Amino acid sequence: MDLSSQILQYVISGITNGAIYAVIALGFTIIYNSTEVINFAQGEFVMLGGMAVIALDGNGHLPLGFSFLLAVLAVTLVGIALERFTIRPAKSSNPIALIIITVGASIFLRGLAMMFWGKDSLGLRAFTGSSPIHFGGATLIPQSLWVLGVTVVVMAALQFFYKHTITGKAMRACAFNRRAAGLVGIGVNRMVMVSFALSAAIGAAAGIVIVPITLCGYDVGIMLGLKGFCAAVLGGLGSSPGSILGGFLLGVLEALGAGLISSGFKDAIAFFVLLLVLFLRPSGLLGSKEVKRF
Amino acid sequence: MIRFLKYTWFQVGSFGLLLALVPLVVTNRYYLNVMIFIGIHTLLVVGLNLLMGYAGQISLGHAAFFGLGAYTSGVLTATYKLSPWPAMVIAVVLTVAVALLVGVPALKLTGYYLAMATLGFGIIVYICFKELVWLTGGPSGLVGIPKLSIGTVVLDEPRTYYYLVWAITLGAIVLSLNIVDSRVGRALRAIHDSEPAARASGIYTARLKIWVFVVSAIYASVAGSLYAHFITFISPSSFDFMFSIKLVTMVVVGGMASIWGAVFGAATLTVLPEVLAVFHDFDIVIFGLILMVVMIFMPQGLTRGALDLWEKYRLQRDVAGGSLSGG
Repeated sequence: MDLSSQILQYVISGITNGAIYAVIALGFTIIYNSTEVINFAQGEFVMLGGMAVIALDGNGHLPLGFSFLLAVLAVTLVGIALERFTIRPAKSSNPIALIIITVGASIFLRGLAMMFWGKDSLGLRAFTGSSPIHFGGATLIPQSLWVLGVTVVVMAALQFFYKHTITGKAMRACAFNRRAAGLVGIGVNRMVMVSFALSAAIGAAAGIVIVPITLCGYDVGIMLGLKGFCAAVLGGLGSSPGSILGGFLLGVLEALGAGLISSGFKDAIAFFVLLLVLFLRPSGLLGSKEVKRF
Repeated sequence: MIRFLKYTWFQVGSFGLLLALVPLVVTNRYYLNVMIFIGIHTLLVVGLNLLMGYAGQISLGHAAFFGLGAYTSGVLTATYKLSPWPAMVIAVVLTVAVALLVGVPALKLTGYYLAMATLGFGIIVYICFKELVWLTGGPSGLVGIPKLSIGTVVLDEPRTYYYLVWAITLGAIVLSLNIVDSRVGRALRAIHDSEPAARASGIYTARLKIWVFVVSAIYASVAGSLYAHFITFISPSSFDFMFSIKLVTMVVVGGMASIWGAVFGAATLTVLPEVLAVFHDFDIVIFGLILMVVMIFMPQGLTRGALDLWEKYRLQRDVAGGSLSGG
């Protein structure tokens, strides 16, 4: 394989991973916009989605599409429970307290997953076939198309939801100004709950489509969640287009770095990018909100 | 008599006396080892508490400084045959340099951004421990770290090492108590309450935040060196993200802004996994649960929260008993 087709190959795998990072970053953004909470348990939604669909599919009686929906629904309920039982009763709105609460929730969920499913990584059959598609000297597995397809559907659905439904508009109002939203009769608490539900649902969907490519274990959530957060910061925390851009950019950068520099340091690349962005331009590429610095 | 409890010298003196007596009663090696770990963790947590509890700056990557101390000591003594004490000093110098390099840009950030910056830093350092195989031995670890010795006396008995660790930790506690009680300590608490207000009253907040960050990194580095010479084998997994979280849990359980709380937190969460060993791997579920419950209901930490509850109870009892109506 010559260098150009090698690079093409890296870019393809980068875009596939980047799509996942983008969806996770969107999950962060949805919750951050409605509550100003960074949900460190976001990656666990992705892990739970993957584990749930493996468990459901393992029965063999259900069609894959049905398992998909059921898994998303189950994780959505987890998201609602997370908001209802940890974020809402929290006495303090101090970021340190909220960070520690969601970190605690994330460890808790990971531990539960380990109790239920054990420590081994589990796999899932590809949605449709696994014979690779060749083009331009590189290969593409069909599951990558599923990942991209689901990502696009998720983004389009979110866009429709925010722009054309009354609940979506109410959520945007909350993101803009919670108090004013409350004054015009929007149930802010309900909107916060919806944002956790949405975020959990899209996280689960991302987790499900990626399982056939990467396998899933109880401990994958932490890295995926943190990378998604890197993507959200890279794009600009709170900006949806920024999250998507950040996700794809991070995925491609990481794949190129892993391929051309060192695969051992693959995970370090994302965090190096994160530190650079935080130190040089904490508002991210597309972020508009002023970041408080001293 | 109760008045004495308020004096720092009385607290430190009685705590030190208690610690000195422990090895006379406890001769079991396992218990002594646990006590040594409590000492090392206390050193870490007291340092982190200065940063988190007093100055209100979060660090989700403190395991990195612990690891830097451990690996610098380990590599210099095991690979390059340097004697341990100078190695420990070099480790501290290196840690200070790294802490400055990261702290200067990172501490300009607040809240979530600072949390993420320290977290990212911690993970990068962890990956370096794992991937720089020629230097650190990689995932399989670094072996052959010598025991510490003072003069010609090798501290290879748990009892002697216990005295060394706790002497250093007690020194660190005294230092912290003094810092907290000083002008600097009050300035740190002012930053915690409101950074703009602290600046307005003439506190050079940027420099002070970096200073406390570096101090807590030094504590962690020394703890790391002590750890490396104690177990004589180190591997990257002891310095991962989970360990940073465990340290934060110790601070939280012990109580933000309480030096003695830090001792309590370190002791509780070092002993807890030993007690919960029957559940072996499932201790992370319990860690998660503790973090959530304490932070939801007692954001000031367990000791502070328990004290608040006690105060409330006493107030209610007094009101019910009518003792307030008389005055």
